[in-house]
Amino acid sequence: MAHPHQQKLKISGSVVITANRLADGVVIHRTSEGQWSENLAGAQILLTADEALAALKAAQADGLIAVGPYVARVEATPTAKPGNLREKIRTEGPTFPLPSDAPVAYLPNEVGKVAA
Amino acid sequence: MYVYDEFDRTFIAERAAQFRDQVARRLSGEVTEDEFKPLRLMNGVYLQLHAYMLRIAIPYGTLSSNQLRKIAEIGRVYDRGYGHFTTRQNIQFNWIKLSDMPDVLVSLAEAGLHAIQTSGNCIRNITTDQWAGVAPDEIEDPRFWAEVLRQWSSLHPEFTFLPRKFKIAITAAPHDRAAIKVHDVGLRLVRNDAGEVGFQVLVGGGLGRSPFIGKLLRDFLPKEHLISYLEAILRTYNAHGRRDNIYKARIKILVHEIGVEKLKADVEKEWERIRDGYLKLDDAFLADIRSRFIYPAYETLEDEPEGLKRALAADARFATWHRNSVAPHKAPGYGIVTVSLKPIGKPPGDATSGQLDALADLADTYSAGEIRVGHEQNLVLPHVRQQDLYALWQKLDAAGLATPNVNLISDSITCPGLDYCSLANARSIPIATAIAERFADHDKARSVGRLHLNISGCINACGHHHVGHIGILGVEKNDREFYQITLGGKADEDARFGDLLGPAIPYEEVVDTIERIVNRYLDLRQSETELFVDTVKRLGVEPFKEALHAVH
Repeated sequence: MAHPHQQKLKISGSVVITANRLADGVVIHRTSEGQWSENLAGAQILLTADEALAALKAAQADGLIAVGPYVARVEATPTAKPGNLREKIRTEGPTFPLPSDAPVAYLPNEVGKVAA
Repeated sequence: MYVYDEFDRTFIAERAAQFRDQVARRLSGEVTEDEFKPLRLMNGVYLQLHAYMLRIAIPYGTLSSNQLRKIAEIGRVYDRGYGHFTTRQNIQFNWIKLSDMPDVLVSLAEAGLHAIQTSGNCIRNITTDQWAGVAPDEIEDPRFWAEVLRQWSSLHPEFTFLPRKFKIAITAAPHDRAAIKVHDVGLRLVRNDAGEVGFQVLVGGGLGRSPFIGKLLRDFLPKEHLISYLEAILRTYNAHGRRDNIYKARIKILVHEIGVEKLKADVEKEWERIRDGYLKLDDAFLADIRSRFIYPAYETLEDEPEGLKRALAADARFATWHRNSVAPHKAPGYGIVTVSLKPIGKPPGDATSGQLDALADLADTYSAGEIRVGHEQNLVLPHVRQQDLYALWQKLDAAGLATPNVNLISDSITCPGLDYCSLANARSIPIATAIAERFADHDKARSVGRLHLNISGCINACGHHHVGHIGILGVEKNDREFYQITLGGKADEDARFGDLLGPAIPYEEVVDTIERIVNRYLDLRQSETELFVDTVKRLGVEPFKEALHAVH
């Protein structure tokens, strides 16, 4: 889970090129057609450092669509699945329910517990 | 409350319009990301794991009810209906689109809000005591001086591209609620032997990967020289701070490398040159700023009114909350109410738009329309009549805002961690919520007493783990989350860093380990009044190591 900016282009196993979309920040992944997909399963799986470097350079030229492209490890089963927790969170969102006004803003059983 | 003048309003509106143009040029390809990034950071826009994040300033932690409603509206219209209060009196939204940012800044400007000085290598949002102006123990309202500093520092042309960010905090009370000793510059209003009020100046404090406690630069600085002296500090830092290594660029590293005496000599030399020039504060300028602080017209009331006594006697849940969340106010018959944003099982410091709207209404009804934000990621209603406390509590309770856990173990300072942050190595929020759930029995948590638990998801220490009574730092080892635990840190006037308990432990063992540490404290404390941090101070971390070893 090293910070992407600290990553060296030395890969072992399957990787994809991932980034955030310029206009809204949504996580996107580079496809084999050179497009960008919100769906990790649609990402092009790369197996060598040369392939990954070429794809990364192409992605970096896509600055009007993608911000901060980097190489992310994935599991190819056979489509890409997140290769570590960081990418899992980028794909699936935070690992807890987001705060919401509905249906209740707090745990109902807490009320009973504060009674002294 | 401080009332903005026409200059302030125009300035914020112009800045929003300027950013609209910058965003349009980025989206059209006219400017590259490398060119755009410093511009967006100057407007508080970060790119995080899933989306852009907008950090909005809450200068010296003071909000009007209308400003709070505006924040709620931003959350509801442009985000996912909630925001996150930070340790530096800001609020962050996690899901705003870049293409919406200009509209958001325009909307914020309508309420006198902005995102200036929330990012970039500038002088950041000046922070202070969330009880400023109402605390019985303060010398005077430090927000006045924070506003002086804001006017001096906002877009200061000489200090817009410092070696690194620069954080200033100010307190006016002997008990430091603003963590001034872990800021680049910490200011404390003090009285000298002649009875004059001035500033004690600390420099070079900070957390992150190289934590330092601020060192005394000046015992007493006359008030009229506040700006000239800080200008001298910033000029010295700007000239000598390192720019070759981002990790060594903060002023704390400069102080560490050259020593505080050498820094002081350089600062005072520069100060002598400028101290009596245009930066010397004159009475008319100060009087103008002071006139813009409007205080509530306090009624003449008695402490502990009969109605309050009856409610405390009749309703045990209210009495529990009252003991935990209400502090003495400088005006008789009033109280300072801390509103916990740490409901059990929920992300610490988060509040929904519905809760913020509810709080805005409650502030109008019960607190002169004013809300404060504290660095512990809770909110404060600063002007509540004691006779209104029971009614207020009932409404807070209905909104899920009456968790009586202020200063207890579940009232943790927690950074967003790997669930949001692109810098994080490990998650913070699930650790915080799991520990809070383990101590959800508030009776047990109260028996433990005051215990500050601070959690950071990486070495950058946004969760202030170094100064937690218990500090938890997330690290990554071979793609797995591990956590280092420190004990005995403090962020107040006796600030110190916690001592490392031992090797990092895996994610799944953290909650059990923390519970064992707390149980060990209960065994070791000399009396029920000896706080956790005092037991650690008395005995060191050694007796607590068995809590860690039990899992290895």
